[in-house]
Amino acid sequence: MAVGLTLIFGVMRVVNFAHGDMMVWGMYLAWLLATRGGVDPYVSFVVCAAVLFVAGYVVQRGLVQRIVDAPHEMQILLMLGVALVLENAALLLFGPEPQRVRSPLAQSTVWLGPLFVDVARLVTFGVAIVLTLVLSLFLFRTDLGRSLRAAADNTYGALVIGTDVRRVYAVAFGVGAACVGAAGALVAPLLPFQPPTGLQLSVASFNIVIIGGMGSLVGAFVGGLIVSVAEALGAVFLKPSLKELVSFSLLVLILIVRPSGIFGKRVA
Amino acid sequence: MSLLEARGISKRFGGVQAVTALDLDVTEGEIVGLIGPNGAGKTTAFNLLSGFLPPDAGEIRFRGRSVVGWKPHAICAVGLARTFQIVRPFPRLSVLDNVLVGALARHPRADQARARAREVIDRLGLGAKAAAPASGLTLAERKRVELARAVATGPALLLLDEVMAGLNPTEIATLVGLIRDIHAGGVSILLIEHNMRAVMTLSHRVVVLSFGERVAEGPPAAIARHPRVIEAYLGEEYVDAAPAR
Amino acid sequence: MKALVAAAVALLVALPVFPGVFGSYAVTLFTLIFFYGFLGQAWNVVGGYAGQLSAGHAAFLGIGAYTAALLSVERGVTPWIGMFAGGALAAALGALIGFLGFRFGLRGFYFVLLTVAFSEICRVVAGNTEAVGGALGYYITFTGNPRQFQFQDTRAYYYIALALMLASTGLVAWLERRRFGVYLAAIREDETACEAAGVNTFKYKMLAMLLSSFLTGIGGTFYAFYLFSLQPNTVFGVPLSVEIIIRPIVGGAGTVLGPVVGSFILSPLAELSRHYFAQGGWHGAHLIAYGALLIGVVLFLPEGAYPRLVRALRRRPEVA
Repeated sequence: MAVGLTLIFGVMRVVNFAHGDMMVWGMYLAWLLATRGGVDPYVSFVVCAAVLFVAGYVVQRGLVQRIVDAPHEMQILLMLGVALVLENAALLLFGPEPQRVRSPLAQSTVWLGPLFVDVARLVTFGVAIVLTLVLSLFLFRTDLGRSLRAAADNTYGALVIGTDVRRVYAVAFGVGAACVGAAGALVAPLLPFQPPTGLQLSVASFNIVIIGGMGSLVGAFVGGLIVSVAEALGAVFLKPSLKELVSFSLLVLILIVRPSGIFGKRVA
Repeated sequence: MSLLEARGISKRFGGVQAVTALDLDVTEGEIVGLIGPNGAGKTTAFNLLSGFLPPDAGEIRFRGRSVVGWKPHAICAVGLARTFQIVRPFPRLSVLDNVLVGALARHPRADQARARAREVIDRLGLGAKAAAPASGLTLAERKRVELARAVATGPALLLLDEVMAGLNPTEIATLVGLIRDIHAGGVSILLIEHNMRAVMTLSHRVVVLSFGERVAEGPPAAIARHPRVIEAYLGEEYVDAAPAR
Repeated sequence: MKALVAAAVALLVALPVFPGVFGSYAVTLFTLIFFYGFLGQAWNVVGGYAGQLSAGHAAFLGIGAYTAALLSVERGVTPWIGMFAGGALAAALGALIGFLGFRFGLRGFYFVLLTVAFSEICRVVAGNTEAVGGALGYYITFTGNPRQFQFQDTRAYYYIALALMLASTGLVAWLERRRFGVYLAAIREDETACEAAGVNTFKYKMLAMLLSSFLTGIGGTFYAFYLFSLQPNTVFGVPLSVEIIIRPIVGGAGTVLGPVVGSFILSPLAELSRHYFAQGGWHGAHLIAYGALLIGVVLFLPEGAYPRLVRALRRRPEVA
């Protein structure tokens, strides 16, 4: 989830405010496939990723591309607009009640050493690691991946050597969206979700990415670990409804102390 | 009367020592040229003097007061103004409003400031364009807007960072005239410039920087023949190639 | 152009008379237009003029609302005074956010995030504090006592909202020509160049933030005593912040009349779609329209509707 966001920022310097809402769409897609098509989300996440890739690509070419050079305020507002549309379209189509996806795997648990672990979470964790590895392979071993990284490092230079920057940007956005689509599907069995969940997820993504460092994949991963642990601890020591307080306070703290995060690139 | 006294200022960026133990003086009434090859540390020096960067070491006194650690706006308030290498007028604001911002530093009341801004605009020949947004102007005009804005703050010392860059000979000649005019109005000037002719015609004194250090100083004519200057710009091999005058 | 000015003046004169002429639905609609116009104008100071995009203004509204409500219900302090307390507390939060943001150089996206984080923190804290009603919210019993800022006659709210909008617009118009306004506009353009021209950017951004949050806090009092119930999720929520900022943005951020124009465009739209769609259970359809509008404005009308209108009208003389 965070990896997707950091990729989009790293390549295009655009902050995707609609990130969480895109993920919620991934969740709903998985839900649809599960309830109508009987497909288990641990399988359908691939489909979700693909669909969101296309959606992301289209959104980028159609909308985001136009404001890549615009002042930051405009970019923020645009993505906010997209977020609004996505969230409320979901509301319209799926209704406001929370949904959950049933998966046979979600029911079972397993002993892992001294710990009692949910199989579902284990699988999610495993798949997330695998996907991140696949993504790294893509970025470091394939030509397209390399051009993505080139564009992220030095847009002008990439242009000079003939990279089709627009296509690269669209791919980056698409991949980012795909990450989130997959994440949505994978997480769907674990959380009840409703359209407003989008905001929470966006904030969580931002939290993670800012802590780990905007534009750094390693950072996204490390950030994810830090934030989850912090939230879990928060839920233990404080009332569960206050755990959001932890993530927001963490966000404020990080923004003040080190906005570029642990591994990150500086924002212009 | 000594206006600016910088002693031993240094600045390091990561592995690069941009400015090393630099001494720089400007006396009231002078026009001092600051020259040197690219990367010599000239703009860094400006940033140090105008408060945009804190020096790692050294002392900077303006009109007798230490201004090290002062914020740029405070330094401007006591009479040191600057322009930028890449010109930065406020794009969506009109020429008048641009200069108004500068004038407000000296005249807090908006109506007085407006009057002052108009004066400066007319003096710099921008009167016809007062209402136009800065973004629509030519490069030469935008430079004049930025210059007007700086002049409107009522400085005693004006730091000009490569104002001639990107201008054609006619525009340069006009600008040289304007700078002379500003100087005649009682403003001392320290200018970074690559355009040698402009520097030589305008400056009373020239300081040469190379790799962050002062390598020469003196009247323009002497500097043109100075071996270390030639070496800095063109390299050792050319030192002997300088024509005997 | 002259025709437009004349029309505007006529409208201005007519507005106070409306309630006598129109039915209660129209009065409510206009009350909302004025109120959101006021809030939009308050945001405009820091978001439009100073260019510091804040997506957490609901925090100030909420604090103002809860403060005035609590003071009135628990301590019998009349909201006419309570609103200033609310405004002051909101301004205090504004000062905190401003200090954290500006002192540590948080710009653009980071600043937005900071403001959202704070409004969400307020939301969670309010929702978990039983003393202010917790998640169920705080309720004010209706007494209709004008001393307690409650009115039987909805027309009173109309006039108050109108007064708020006119006063704030007048304030912004006045400030625009003075040093404060000019500096803010310059800060929005280029802070570094400002510093070089002697502008204490930190001080002016803070002042903008203080003014903006104070005014929004006062708006909170109106909100509390107009709706009589405060739910943390609504009052501190991001959707409300969006409602606040979308009007000035669509109408023209950084202009005097932008928030007003924007409110006149959007509030009827919101009410219409709320009415039309809510019947069929189509929640949130108006928010989709908002989102689409936001996208449209960014792509096609970045300066807002009002400046575009002015430019279009200025070109007219050649046609005649």
